[in-house]
Amino acid sequence: MSNFFLYLISIMILVFGALTVTSHKIFRAAIYLLFTLINVAALYFYLQYEFIAAVQIVVYVGGIVVLIIFSLFLTHRVGFDLPEPSKLKMFFTFLSVLFAFMFCYSLVLGNEFEQSSSVASSVSINSIGRAMLNYGQGGFVLPFEVVSILLLAALVGSIAIAFKTKKT
Amino acid sequence: MTEMKFILSISFALFFIGAYGFLTRRNMITMLMAVELMLNAVNINFVVFNKYLFADKMDGLFFSIFITTIAAAEAAVAIAIIINLYRKFKSIDEDDIDTLRW
Repeated sequence: MSNFFLYLISIMILVFGALTVTSHKIFRAAIYLLFTLINVAALYFYLQYEFIAAVQIVVYVGGIVVLIIFSLFLTHRVGFDLPEPSKLKMFFTFLSVLFAFMFCYSLVLGNEFEQSSSVASSVSINSIGRAMLNYGQGGFVLPFEVVSILLLAALVGSIAIAFKTKKT
Repeated sequence: MTEMKFILSISFALFFIGAYGFLTRRNMITMLMAVELMLNAVNINFVVFNKYLFADKMDGLFFSIFITTIAAAEAAVAIAIIINLYRKFKSIDEDDIDTLRW
């Protein structure tokens, strides 16, 4: 029964992902992207990482997709149709992507993964928070701080880029 | 292990769907959507390896959290650039933006 949910989630991820990159209506592509991201969050729920699923929903679905839809409305008319890429380009891109996928898939199938034999620890939000601010063994305070500075720089940078100048 | 390989194949497929979209689309916002798909596939990869191979550690989990943060920063900067380009060129098709082209 749990396998059924896994297959359902996987099919939804792939179908909506393919619709995202092939849809001709740009607004529909954004909505398909939304569904893909929600299904990825469902996959995290299936893997029992609830915190990652919550982060996925809050940041991607609540943040990035809304940002993309806002910028769509700022730059397009509503009934805008995307032009079709040339058939030759689509064909060769599909071929190269298919070969790359087959290559990676054969690598995974041929590899024997070794499971580390230690017992699984439960990943609670408490332990995630403690590890994130821990500067000892197994702590992540340095990347946490670096990412916070990066986020601040991106915020200031995007405001500076989008700022309307008087006359260029 | 078969379940792990199945989810890995799903994440590869999602990554290459994103690569296909990035290579065929000409519109900048749809290219940004394709990049988001690729970043999501990478996130799934990290989480799956953490879940099935190193269940006692949390490294993959933290990598996926940091990748999510960086994806948010990247989307904000990219959309600022796109809106600025739209003001200058009245188009966000990447073939129309040719100021630096020789």
